[in-house]
Amino acid sequence: MLTKRIIPCLDVTLDRAGGCVVKGVEFVDLKEAGDPVELAKRYNEEGADELVFLDITASAQGRKTMIDVIERTADEVFIPLTIGGGINSIDAIRQILRAGADKVSVNTSAVKNPDFIKESSDIFGAQCIVTAIDCKRNTDIKNNPDKTILELEDGTPAWYEVVIYGGREATGIDAVQWARRAEELGSGEILLTSMDRDGTCAGYDLPITKKLSEELDIPIIASGGVGNPQHIYEGFSIGKADAALAASIFHFREYSIKEVKEYLREREIPVRL
Amino acid sequence: MKRIVILDYGLGNLRSVQKGLEHVGSSPAISGDPGEILAADGLILPGVGAFVDAMKCLDPIKGTIEEYARSGKPMLGICLGQQVLMSSSEEGKLTDGLNLIPGKVLRFPKSELKVPHVGWNNIKIKQDHPLFEGIPDNSFVYFVHSYYVDTASENTLASCNYGLDFSASVVNSKGNVMGTQFHPEKSGAIGLKILKNFIDMC
Repeated sequence: MLTKRIIPCLDVTLDRAGGCVVKGVEFVDLKEAGDPVELAKRYNEEGADELVFLDITASAQGRKTMIDVIERTADEVFIPLTIGGGINSIDAIRQILRAGADKVSVNTSAVKNPDFIKESSDIFGAQCIVTAIDCKRNTDIKNNPDKTILELEDGTPAWYEVVIYGGREATGIDAVQWARRAEELGSGEILLTSMDRDGTCAGYDLPITKKLSEELDIPIIASGGVGNPQHIYEGFSIGKADAALAASIFHFREYSIKEVKEYLREREIPVRL
Repeated sequence: MKRIVILDYGLGNLRSVQKGLEHVGSSPAISGDPGEILAADGLILPGVGAFVDAMKCLDPIKGTIEEYARSGKPMLGICLGQQVLMSSSEEGKLTDGLNLIPGKVLRFPKSELKVPHVGWNNIKIKQDHPLFEGIPDNSFVYFVHSYYVDTASENTLASCNYGLDFSASVVNSKGNVMGTQFHPEKSGAIGLKILKNFIDMC
């Protein structure tokens, strides 16, 4: 039986030598918790199904360091590795894959130039191209008759607006329509992050997760908001996601991946244990 | 040291396969040169992408691969590399494969299941074969594909279920030409053991 995937996400800043994982580790020893390759190894041993590295520096110097981090990780970790953050050219994708990554996630560059999805999918194959969609709830439905209206938890109608540049810029684009287009253009998977939930530990944004999971034929990776194993369970049971991405609950060692998987298995979610 | 060649035919992510093989103690060469292929002790056909493109790229060295396969030395196709070993594929338009193993490549039928089949799924081992030496039944391995191989049970080393049972690993009647639909180089310790088993066969 195909299992649901648990994917730890490592936000990596490359301003210091060797790179450093930053998200959710403000209160612990940076040096110890921070080496991306060491964390990747630990998650692999704990039973992670895949790994995602997000380059949050995305400067020219940072890109070089990221290649080094990918190479060192791929030398020791033999599970799928996805790289995201500022990827905007075929050449960048080629370098990242050559270093040992399996997939790239594209976000802002794809919104600005949707053909980038098609072009990269044609060259590298759909299985390589993950379209990351960051979105935000928008309750102004009166002025947006062409948008996909969903019902929020409390019954409020809303649509989900695509945001770019790490959530700093709203685009006016409907997330459901964009996801469908990204699938048509050749994305292999969608990595969905709700900015309303990211960093809140309040759980995934279930209405949009469920909508995309049911609407699309490609796998949906839920992201943003996980605070405990129950949230991951809900992402699968209510949100119908194919994979669950989480960062801080794993970095903080609040829960190990194995604990989360055992929790899921007790609730009859198929997992690899 | 055994000479392992990863076939470079202009497609696919060779780096992961190379690293996986290095991890289990081999130092493979990446080559598309007929002389080097025929001199190899073991040949690996990697591959991601489309069947039609792969067959086009393989066309100039088709004869070399057939000659290698006839020699009885081990060869392993991975993912699309398994599919091209078969007789034909319905991906794109019906296209002939290398026909080293009888069988067809078909698209997963429309259902509520998502296509591609992406992620970790368990395999049922169907035959005793050195490639699966020490691999427990129901082991999880990593798949990513939209088309599957349909072949006879005598050519199936392991099967997997995704809406239907398909051949997760295939073999020819001689036992030297093998394929895996899953990616051993991305399947953690189990996958590395399968790569090690292949090296041991060479």
